[in-house]
Amino acid sequence: MTSIDPTTTTVDTDADSAASAPADTRHGVLRRTFSAKRAWIGAIVLALITLWAFVGPLLAPFNATDSDVLAFGAPPGNGHWFGTNDIGQDIYAQTLVGLQKSIIIGLIAGPLATLIAGFVGAIAGYFGGVVDRVIVWVIDLLLVIPSFFILVLISPVFKQLSWVALVILIAVFSWMVMARVVRGQTMSLRERDFVKAARYMGVKPFTIIRRHIIPNVASLLIIDATLGVGAAIIFESTLSYFGFGIQTPDVSLGSLLAGYSGAAVTRPWLFLLPAATLVATVLATSLLGDAFRDAIDPTSGANRD
Amino acid sequence: MTEPLLRVDDLRVTFGGQRQQVHAVRGVSYEVNRGEFLGIVGESGSGKSVSSTAVMGLLPSSAQVSGSIRFDGRELLDLDDKQLSRIRGSEIAMIFQDPLSALTPVYTIGQQIIEGLKLHDRSISNQAARARAVELLGVVGIPNPQRRVDSFPHEFSGGMRQRAMIAIAIANDPKLIIADEPTTALDVTIQAQILEVLQKAKEITGAAVVLITHDLGVVAGNADRVAVMYAGRIVEQAPVDQLFAAPAMPYTIGLLRSMPNMAAPREERLVPLEGRPPLLTQLPKGCPFADRCPAAFAACRGEEPALLPVAGAADHSAACIRAEEIASGSLRRPDIFPRPEEVEAAPAARVESAPVVELRDVKRTFPVMKGTVFRRRIGTVKAVDGVSFSIDRGTTLGLVGESGSGKTTTILELMELAKAQFGSIAVNGVDTATLSAADRRKLRSEIQIVFQDPMASLDPRMSVQDIIAEPLTVTGVPKDEQLRRVARMLELVGLEPSFANRYPHQFSGGQRQRIGIARALIVEPKILVLDEPVSALDVSVQAGVLNLLEDLKAQLGLSYLFVAHDLAVVRHIADDVAVMYLGRIVEYGPADLIFSDPRHPYTQALFSAVPVPDPQVERTRSRVLLQGDLPSPLDEITGCPFRSRCPLYKLLPEDRQRRCAEEDPAARSVHDREVRCHWAEEERFDVAV
Repeated sequence: MTSIDPTTTTVDTDADSAASAPADTRHGVLRRTFSAKRAWIGAIVLALITLWAFVGPLLAPFNATDSDVLAFGAPPGNGHWFGTNDIGQDIYAQTLVGLQKSIIIGLIAGPLATLIAGFVGAIAGYFGGVVDRVIVWVIDLLLVIPSFFILVLISPVFKQLSWVALVILIAVFSWMVMARVVRGQTMSLRERDFVKAARYMGVKPFTIIRRHIIPNVASLLIIDATLGVGAAIIFESTLSYFGFGIQTPDVSLGSLLAGYSGAAVTRPWLFLLPAATLVATVLATSLLGDAFRDAIDPTSGANRD
Repeated sequence: MTEPLLRVDDLRVTFGGQRQQVHAVRGVSYEVNRGEFLGIVGESGSGKSVSSTAVMGLLPSSAQVSGSIRFDGRELLDLDDKQLSRIRGSEIAMIFQDPLSALTPVYTIGQQIIEGLKLHDRSISNQAARARAVELLGVVGIPNPQRRVDSFPHEFSGGMRQRAMIAIAIANDPKLIIADEPTTALDVTIQAQILEVLQKAKEITGAAVVLITHDLGVVAGNADRVAVMYAGRIVEQAPVDQLFAAPAMPYTIGLLRSMPNMAAPREERLVPLEGRPPLLTQLPKGCPFADRCPAAFAACRGEEPALLPVAGAADHSAACIRAEEIASGSLRRPDIFPRPEEVEAAPAARVESAPVVELRDVKRTFPVMKGTVFRRRIGTVKAVDGVSFSIDRGTTLGLVGESGSGKTTTILELMELAKAQFGSIAVNGVDTATLSAADRRKLRSEIQIVFQDPMASLDPRMSVQDIIAEPLTVTGVPKDEQLRRVARMLELVGLEPSFANRYPHQFSGGQRQRIGIARALIVEPKILVLDEPVSALDVSVQAGVLNLLEDLKAQLGLSYLFVAHDLAVVRHIADDVAVMYLGRIVEYGPADLIFSDPRHPYTQALFSAVPVPDPQVERTRSRVLLQGDLPSPLDEITGCPFRSRCPLYKLLPEDRQRRCAEEDPAARSVHDREVRCHWAEEERFDVAV
């Protein structure tokens, strides 16, 4: 079919010039994220730490398990850059191995929690009714029961399993708040005309959630996933510190800190250097997540002028 | 002549920092004399509100303002905020568009009027202020002001809130009232009331009024002088009769010709004014209207024309280098914006007489619940209360009524394609209550919807290709077929097929609505439900979308259910009209018949409330003004539901009134249409006294 009427076919040829209009594309978000100095610092530090964690052990003179009989409890120096412990194991090598585990746990557990939050929240918000009530009930239940307490209680079970079980458990206990946020967003999205339009076209509910709801809360989810990495690392460290998380022979930053906390005053290198690594890692992910949030939500904190 | 009350001279307002500056107002000059009514007309983004906010000194501090605003012998731009505060509210008063956000919800209406009074006159006693507040509420027509003065804003309806705003505005006898789109958020019937009150307020206080609006019809009946704004400048200024009779700027001509008019014959096609205003961040060289102007030639792009007197008349000026040609008649106005040709109708329209949509006595009620722990039903809202209509193949039914009359609920009931709460819905002769889930999905390709707000109805995260192809994904059409059909659809609705990989925010309002129409049409439906498809669009692009809808109907043999509150638009497009009031249809029949001779008092009032963009017609025609607002749908009403507002009811003798009060009129056939009124046969009464 040809066009109907010459006068109605006038179109803007300069529609590109309107691309600077609101509702920026993903590129806009990235650009604004990295216009903040924090984002650069966070990203670079995180990249360096990750590189260090995985390449470092290859270049280190000692590995994490062997003991150096010539240096029991030695301070930093003499090839042992972070010193050694009582049985002569190299702290630097142990820190790197712990760091590896912490980063992996953080990178899996944080986004996994976000994934759960996104889907559960969207389903609750979209379907409403009984589904919503049951999900909200579960969320509230998980929120009021201290997750740390539960994990401690069931730790005998997962102590026998690998660290992967721990990752899943961490994710299972940290999606609730985000799920409530997504649910709220979904409830307002559901009333938007484009979702109604899709419904009236006969699009199936789960397709609507996948195609319309999730992309429109994606910005929230990305932020949550980034911030979640840091939170998961801390959560894992806390658990391991108290002996409920990573079990020997595996090491993580948390279990290292736990092992050497007694020596914090007498031989500070045992405690301080792994602790500093942990702080740097979490700080870097938080800086990045923070910058993300400011880029996507112009009303939050640092973006005000 | 003495100095005018307000003289704005070369006012410029710029927002933004070094990187991107928005020149919202670029050299606006106008004068308002004492007691004069000036209308400022413009599309959204033309700078009409910003220029008036500058007069009030209420612009954000990030705005850079230059030029001169002289009010009553003082230079307002030189005053600081404290000095301005003394003038604001006492000498210049402002009426805002949204009366709900302009009133503080935690104070009563009375307290807010008293606050305004006491701020500017400290000697006034509390009793005197309160007495004055009651008096003012009486003046603006709020019934029972003694009691209502202690009401909170949320207890008022939209129209009553706007009346209260006017009461606050005139509390201190201002010399100038600035009304910024005071009726845009209101229904036509309420709009007519508010404009009446505004005129009254002007008479009482003797104040000059600056009315900012996008609706030329509103200006036609009220203003003495009109200024038309475009892209941050005034492009034409003239007395109201002169402007409507002999506009000299092509933009004004296009705007006037593109407006659907209740008084114009239905067959006449609308004249589209395509394109959109330039971005105020990067204005093109030369006349900002040149890109949309059919009369533009090379010289238009050289230098921006100044606002100069036309044909030697001191009070008529236009910013167009061809204004003289237009005024002298050597460049004829209809030649600039010619009326587009009608499209040949597809043959075999209206052969089948079987209705494609049929609603029979459909009802929809919502429970009203109260309590948090123990929820109990405290009432029922009858959103739709027994609606019956049918649409034949290839025809358009216009569904009109005020907001809250149940129009949207009705079409949502239809679109669900489910069993109605009460009554029956049939699409293509199939009762929707009997459908299986699979049948229902199949039927969805027969009936599609276009929403009011084209921005909200398109997913901002999807490309135009994905948006338009979405209905096809339901039936699993292969990808390359999808691409082909989307390209064809884009062409059909008058867009470039290459636009398919762009995103919705890159398009203007009119173009977005075309995308919405393309999405609805891609599954080749027989029926299109249009929920206020042009009311969110600027006047100048409305015409293009309406023409497109008419063409598509003729080409594809579609049937439309057209929901609108703008009667001029319905007049233009509908074959049949159903007028809704409080969830039921009060008058239903052929459009020509109803528009020429409405029988139900509500229909008559609705029609006469629509402003006509012609000052002569506006001044001479008699009006049927409705009293009050739509009653709450929670109320239990006995007798005729329209009784409380009916202009006819008040004129009836007592014995007839009793029948209205006791007996709910049933739908019956009078003069070839269905009417729900006991007295529909009566000759048209004269209530314009």
